[in-house]
Amino acid sequence: MDLTFSERESAFRDELCSWLEQNKPGAPPGEGVGEDANYAWRREWQRRLYEGGWAAPSWPVEYGGRGSSLSESAIYFEELSRARVPLPANVLGLLLGGPTLMVWGTPEQKERYLTPILSAEEIWCQGFSEPDAGSDLAALKTKAVKDGNQWVVSGQKVWTSGAHYSKWCMLVARTDPGAPKHKGLTYFLMDMEQDAVQVRPLRQITGEAEFNELFIDEARIPDENVVGGVGNGWKVALTTLMNERAGLGFVFQVRLRQMLDDVFAAAAERGLLENHLYADKLADLHIRCESIRLLAWKGLTDIERYGQPGPEGSLVKWLWSDTNQHLTQLAAQMIGPQALACENPWSYELLRARGNTIEGGTTEVLKNIVAERVLGLPRLKVAG
Amino acid sequence: MDFGLSADQQEIQRTARELLSERAKPERVREHAEGAKTDMVLWRELCELGWPGIAVSESYGGQGLGTVECSILCEELGRTVAPVPFASSVMASAVIERAGSDAQRERWLPGLASGEVIGAIGRAEDSRTPLVIGAPEAQVIVLLQEDHARLLTASEAGVKAIPTIDPTRSVGFVSVGTTGEELDGDIGGGSDRALIALAAGLVGVCGRALQMTVAYVKDRRQFGVPVGSFQAVSHRCAQMLLETEKARSTVALAAWTADAEPGQLAETAAMAKAAASEAAIDVTASAIQAHGGIGFTWEADIHWLYKRAQLDGAFLGGAAHHRARLASILAGRLSAGLTV
Repeated sequence: MDLTFSERESAFRDELCSWLEQNKPGAPPGEGVGEDANYAWRREWQRRLYEGGWAAPSWPVEYGGRGSSLSESAIYFEELSRARVPLPANVLGLLLGGPTLMVWGTPEQKERYLTPILSAEEIWCQGFSEPDAGSDLAALKTKAVKDGNQWVVSGQKVWTSGAHYSKWCMLVARTDPGAPKHKGLTYFLMDMEQDAVQVRPLRQITGEAEFNELFIDEARIPDENVVGGVGNGWKVALTTLMNERAGLGFVFQVRLRQMLDDVFAAAAERGLLENHLYADKLADLHIRCESIRLLAWKGLTDIERYGQPGPEGSLVKWLWSDTNQHLTQLAAQMIGPQALACENPWSYELLRARGNTIEGGTTEVLKNIVAERVLGLPRLKVAG
Repeated sequence: MDFGLSADQQEIQRTARELLSERAKPERVREHAEGAKTDMVLWRELCELGWPGIAVSESYGGQGLGTVECSILCEELGRTVAPVPFASSVMASAVIERAGSDAQRERWLPGLASGEVIGAIGRAEDSRTPLVIGAPEAQVIVLLQEDHARLLTASEAGVKAIPTIDPTRSVGFVSVGTTGEELDGDIGGGSDRALIALAAGLVGVCGRALQMTVAYVKDRRQFGVPVGSFQAVSHRCAQMLLETEKARSTVALAAWTADAEPGQLAETAAMAKAAASEAAIDVTASAIQAHGGIGFTWEADIHWLYKRAQLDGAFLGGAAHHRARLASILAGRLSAGLTV
């Protein structure tokens, strides 16, 4: 056991920090100038990361990355969060789309798509969930029918973030309605720039629209945009989903710690650190934050040692989302009704935290995964 | 960054688990618990293997290994709730080694390391008579009082054995007088290592409770299916794993800190004891619930784990006590202009 960083890891961190110091973006355009200007600002930030060789350090050198180790990649996300700079605009392409293509893509697909992902020239979005296929993703109904050397796609997708800025959509559709539900799926790259694809913002409980609905009415996808072969879509989608939980864990972990620092500061301001009730809850949150950090790192070192994550992988997102809800509720309780004024950042954090235990796998689904795959408990047979 | 145990540490864990699975079988533990007897045969065997001296310096006859290695043994013993005075002896050794004078170390450590001497440690709070794990069989007792500590021999301590809910531990009241010798050194390092020993044992208790529960709910059938296929049960088991791993991660950090970053020890030891105490009580309570009616019977053996969780969870401060301590450490850091 050695919880210190190696010389190589420290050197990586130092190089990144000094680059961030010199290249940190200025303040965002802010509210009032519109979402487009803010998005353009994040896109510009990714271009700067790309030019500095920092857009996706974990990608292999041959695809424009640095071939960083898992630990270095974790350090990358920790430092990005610590510097309070935004995530790159094309975060889904960098974390999900690129790595999925590296596993399943043809040489032509890798050649065509990877570089524009890195440079933020082409933004990617994820078309998995549907109104009737959330936790039960394999029940999705969007269908794709072969027509010559093209596929004709119709259906509806939901919770698609960044869809209106995206060029490509990682789309899973049903290509064989007669096959068992996990078998009849195919993974496509769908061009978003066609009239058959309509994007409608989905207003969430915070009032903003981070996500969209996609209405797809006979969109066309050339056969060469199938990823991983017809009928293999479930396996390809799982590669994407596994990547989703890996990298972002470190972003969340550091962000949570920053918010806890803010809660402690708010408690100190109000003289509540000496209040036994609050001191107990604050100490509990500190322990949870430390556990999340430790479990995230333990998951990584298990992968480096044994080639697969231990049980920690499934636990980190669960514990993080639950902790973030407790943390924001404690802040609101401590600050009082002022925390609920829209101008107070905690009012947003309080509402946004409700999504944490739903997005990227609900806590209920995560518990099923832990029970079945980690503890080996039998699964209750359900219809379908 | 590497959370795994080294090859040597894995070997210690493997041999300890193998040995205890033979020598501390549930029926043997039950037999001793029912008679409120220490398993002296097992204790002598552990002494021959040098276990009590694992973290005592070689110059005093120990193995000179670290808190990480000591925690591995504590965890394995916790798993089996073996009725031996290992934890109380290593906790006393940790304080005497760090806070004792040369003469006190010379006098006690070689015997504690070989196991010829059994040690115990307790905390006297307010004016109440402290309850001390291991006191009835100890020849030397460390009594922590606020920020200082005294060393008492058995005759000075006036021990009165007292049955508790956990008969796998021998427990007694110690009379707080002015007898014994002061330990002049700083007691923080030793008493924090004692907390880690307790916390590591509690992680073992959690691991065993989860293992027994998972096996039971896979096997037990109601409504024609294994009860573990019901989410009300399987999600409880998942929660047990979460609590266990949360506690395990903080104990790993604390044990590593004790060996490598002792400046952080007060904080990490408080975290570990708070997390492990809470986890052990919750996880073993869940284990009883998931076993249903069987879980409430004497024969099911789940109750020994719950009782150990309660006793060790409360001993030297429970979760709330150590969270309060942690909060004041963090508040101190804030007032020094640092972040938590």
